[in-house]
Amino acid sequence: MTPRTLALAACIAGLAGGAFADTHAGKVKVGMITTLSGGGAGLGIDVRDGFMLAAKQAGNDKLEVIIEDDQRKPDIAVQLADKMIQSEKVDVLTGIIWSNLAMAVIPGAVAQGKFYLSPNAGPSALAGRGCSPLYFNVAWQNDNLHEAAGAYANSAGYKNSFILAPNYPAGQDALTGYKSQYEGELSGELLTALGQTDYASEIAQIRASGADSVFFFLPGGMGISFLKQYADSGVDIPVVGPAFSFDQGILQAVGDAALGVVNTSQWSKDLDNPTNTAFVESFQAEYGRLPSLYASQGFDTANLLLSAMDKADISDADAFQAALEEADFASTRGEFKFNTNHHPIQDIYVREVIREGDVYTNKIIGTALEDHGDAHAAECQMQ
Amino acid sequence: MSPILLAEQILNGVQLGVMLFVMAAGLTLVFGVMGLINLAHGSLFMVGAFAAAAVAGATGSFMLALVSALAAAAAAGALIEVLVIRRLYARDHLDQVLATFALILIFSEGTRWIFGSFPLYLNIPDYLSGPVTLPGGIQYPLYRLTLIGIGLAIAAGLFVLISKTRLGIQIRAGENDREMIAALGVDISKLYTIVFALGAGLAGLAGALVGAIQSVQVGMGEPVLILAFVVIVIGGIGSIKGALIGALLVGLTDTLGGVLLPHLFKLFTDPATATSAGSALASMLIYILMAVVLIWKPTGLFGARA
Repeated sequence: MTPRTLALAACIAGLAGGAFADTHAGKVKVGMITTLSGGGAGLGIDVRDGFMLAAKQAGNDKLEVIIEDDQRKPDIAVQLADKMIQSEKVDVLTGIIWSNLAMAVIPGAVAQGKFYLSPNAGPSALAGRGCSPLYFNVAWQNDNLHEAAGAYANSAGYKNSFILAPNYPAGQDALTGYKSQYEGELSGELLTALGQTDYASEIAQIRASGADSVFFFLPGGMGISFLKQYADSGVDIPVVGPAFSFDQGILQAVGDAALGVVNTSQWSKDLDNPTNTAFVESFQAEYGRLPSLYASQGFDTANLLLSAMDKADISDADAFQAALEEADFASTRGEFKFNTNHHPIQDIYVREVIREGDVYTNKIIGTALEDHGDAHAAECQMQ
Repeated sequence: MSPILLAEQILNGVQLGVMLFVMAAGLTLVFGVMGLINLAHGSLFMVGAFAAAAVAGATGSFMLALVSALAAAAAAGALIEVLVIRRLYARDHLDQVLATFALILIFSEGTRWIFGSFPLYLNIPDYLSGPVTLPGGIQYPLYRLTLIGIGLAIAAGLFVLISKTRLGIQIRAGENDREMIAALGVDISKLYTIVFALGAGLAGLAGALVGAIQSVQVGMGEPVLILAFVVIVIGGIGSIKGALIGALLVGLTDTLGGVLLPHLFKLFTDPATATSAGSALASMLIYILMAVVLIWKPTGLFGARA
């Protein structure tokens, strides 16, 4: 559990002369605080690997990345952020996976004049009233994928959904997000315990409810447990959920129980654009596994930062912010732009879990929402 | 709520209870016989699940996976008893908690080092998968019924072991008076290693059995460990019978509370508040149960010592 510190002086350009003259000018130091140990480590490792792959491909010797493990604990994340800002003197912070950690770190970091680029967590508080000119979310606002699931339920003709999520802020947001788009009736609504591993009781209630569809948001291990137990229970009501329970790291542990399940995501490995094709190939070559949506988010975050570094110097915060707002980089998601609250406007797709040889993965079967922003942008007063 | 749903929930509660018993039995023996608080018991649960996932992945046999889970966890238990735990018997509980907490960290990071950070695949074998129809029209997963059966069989086996065998006599004697049975010529350190390995093996078996319907991942043992401590506090430390009754009480309270409380709250408030308040209270229910039991019987239901 020793926090690892990896310093990357990304590939040396190999050119003398001009490059030598400005070694310090425009150099950007990035502090990445992410989850590398404990139960949620798979997500942080994917974000880190995606980010470092982009940094390596750019071969940019002006980017220096310091990586630390937050152990999924808010207090540790805050300590690391303080250390990175005060003694390491980083210019940009990134990496946090979980919304509760993001809420603990981001307001303080931007108040001290640091840029924060979120590769994952997008709590609603930071998208609305708590938005900041220095805070950019490159993944999604937390509600987005759930809203897309609600929109999909309408188009699939579901009239009577049973919905469940863990009893914590992101779980409640998930149910709200689904209900904001879904037009049918609810046959039941459950809040489960965070970290719950046995869903026998919930599944019995689903069976008795007479629902025609089930929406669930159970990230990480909770989703694995639910899907395995659901498949074994003999209940055959169709299931829909956000991509968090169907990412590349989890699917192999769920196995056949996930086959055919529909989920919503802003990214998929079969998205047809040149950046994505190259990303999937190079990620596999570098790390020997398929990338997840978290890896794509890390990759996009690094490329956004690199695109801004080409246009402006980090010491000029206003110019750098404007350069980030342009989002002039090739995203793995294809079209990508920022809303007024620095959260993405993007398409959200419907995917289905399939099996390719021995590997379980996702295939796009449609688009749930096009050019979708979030509901909180109106409340954001950038200042 | 229909009678069928209620019956299904009672089965769920019993199933959770017997698996908690298998986990808690080792914990209560170790505490009762050696006076040791072993926080690393949850890690042995994880070791069992990972060993089962690895063996099932390599051989495809679920039975072999269960046997290896039992063996791997018992071996890991015997190893840490000889290397670490043995030095802690004479120390106070704070030292034991610190040292066994360190073991949790070592096991977690060691497991990550060997198996990686992503959850492993372990599934129910085909011959145990799918639901069966019970009398009364209840559809219930066959695997969960099997878990109830295995748990009750282990409980029966432990009763026989403790009450009828020579080893059981030594264990009971060790609980009552350690110095005396050492003076009578029983090799106390060997007895401790055996008891510890037995408890560890049971935890590993529980991990493998439960891992098949849950997620096999680093850190999976700690939430179960907390419940197991609640069970042995309710049942009375050192008592196998107490652990069984306590585990069933906790299993039923947790399951039925989670289902019934939101319904109960709906009689008084609007559905949204009822759902969130009911869920919140339901998650506290087993701790309330523990507090009530401790007020009524400070040593637990079947505890002999204060």
